[in-house]
Amino acid sequence: MVSPRQIRLYWRPLAHVACALPLVYLILQLAEVGGLRLGANPQLVIRDFLGEWGLRLLLATLAMTPLRWLTGKPWPVQFRRLLGLWSFTYLALHFVTYFFLDRSFDLPVILEDITKRPYITIGFAAFVLMIPLAVTSTAGWRRRLGARWLRLHKLVYLIAILGCWHFYWLVKKDVREPLIYCGVLAVLLGFRVWKSRQRAAAATVEATS
Amino acid sequence: MLIRKPTDFKSSEITPERVFLDRRMLLRSAGFLGASALLSEAMAAAEDIPAQYKRLAGIRKSPLSTKDAHNTFDEITGYNNYYEFGTGKTDPAAESGRFKPKPWKVKVDGEAEITGTFDYDSIVKPHTLEERIYRFRCVEAWSMIIPWVGIPLGEVLKQYKPTSKAHYVAFETVVRPEEMPGQKYPVLDWPYVEGLTMAEAMHPLTLLVVGVYGVELPNQNGAPLRLIVPWKYGFKGIKSIVRISFTEKRPPTTWNLAGPDEYGFYANVNPKVDHPRWSQATERRVSSGFGSLFAARQETLPFNGYAEQVASLYQGLDLVKNF
Repeated sequence: MVSPRQIRLYWRPLAHVACALPLVYLILQLAEVGGLRLGANPQLVIRDFLGEWGLRLLLATLAMTPLRWLTGKPWPVQFRRLLGLWSFTYLALHFVTYFFLDRSFDLPVILEDITKRPYITIGFAAFVLMIPLAVTSTAGWRRRLGARWLRLHKLVYLIAILGCWHFYWLVKKDVREPLIYCGVLAVLLGFRVWKSRQRAAAATVEATS
Repeated sequence: MLIRKPTDFKSSEITPERVFLDRRMLLRSAGFLGASALLSEAMAAAEDIPAQYKRLAGIRKSPLSTKDAHNTFDEITGYNNYYEFGTGKTDPAAESGRFKPKPWKVKVDGEAEITGTFDYDSIVKPHTLEERIYRFRCVEAWSMIIPWVGIPLGEVLKQYKPTSKAHYVAFETVVRPEEMPGQKYPVLDWPYVEGLTMAEAMHPLTLLVVGVYGVELPNQNGAPLRLIVPWKYGFKGIKSIVRISFTEKRPPTTWNLAGPDEYGFYANVNPKVDHPRWSQATERRVSSGFGSLFAARQETLPFNGYAEQVASLYQGLDLVKNF
């Protein structure tokens, strides 16, 4: 049995290191250490790499609650905020890369992208929606918001749907990879639907007996 | 003189294969340098090109080349689309090693007096190779400057004496799933097919490409024969061509079949006609290395900068409708 103390002292720091690894890899590629290269189109490689890892970590965040149900152990939930904040970090950097490196801070062009390109519209919306979740992720905010906190953080479902949709929509033709993300998301959300139905059924049984 | 038996050699004295091969390459490239005094400056840059790529001889420079500085051999051969080898930009370089571009035959059929199956040499050898440094604009809004080596397509097509019924030329890529792993999935409807109007095909800028940077075309770039139409988006440049057909009706084209509202038959580079999902107004000039990270995108030019030479081909045509 893993104690909360062990999680705090060992497992969480280890998870931080694991989440930082893709970023470290990217920095090594940038610095061209040990033969690593970003290749011919570095702006796009960085942008896509950050976006993909942000989405992966977002799905990992959403996997923690079902993992708690499956294992019957409380520990997965203790990694939820950590994973969510790392996901936000990657997606914020993804946005910054797009904004500064790809579009060179050209505001009119960026505004046109956001308003005219549906896949950018939904991707940008997902990122903006993530900001309040990141800000209110602290224990203090959670206490202050009370029951409203949980309602607010349900936005993560919408964010994940928009994120996967954004990926699906931007691919030129080969949708195999985005479909994997969509599939994982469907399973994770399906789990929640199934669980809430089960709970509703249990409540009905309780109420009638 | 002491002649040692094989067992007398310490293993450390044996030249490792890699070093041996490197020496070979050095010797070969030295030989190449000796012969290259006559070749153009772009060819001189071929020093960096691995010896596995056969040098092409007798290349003539072309006044149709752009003056812009061209991309490196690594960029051109390491970052491109060739879905037959996978849909990632580095897949073609990584997955095309098993492809065999020799021997090569092309079937010529349709509305022409001379039809049949012709081998590579009979198509290419009668012509003088030209180096054409062209702008290359991908429909995905990135671009490169590439020193192609080829023959004006029109010169090749004339050999087959197309009839008056030949209004279009259709092209087809080879299908070899065992050598082209991307063809194992129906990402696109194989074989890849493309087409041009006769006027486009006969235009002096349209090139049947056999090489790049003074060497034979690497597998990932469409060996051994590919098309380059510099005023059109890159996907019109069909690779590893095995069939050329003269047709009366407009032939189907692969990306148009895959996304009729996203990719047209003409596919002329046009900054004013956006792809439904992204803008075509600007492009990113592909450039590797840390220094290029902060480079801005650049304006895309009508007909990719070749408007002066080709705009007349489309007089009276609504370029928004006929994208």
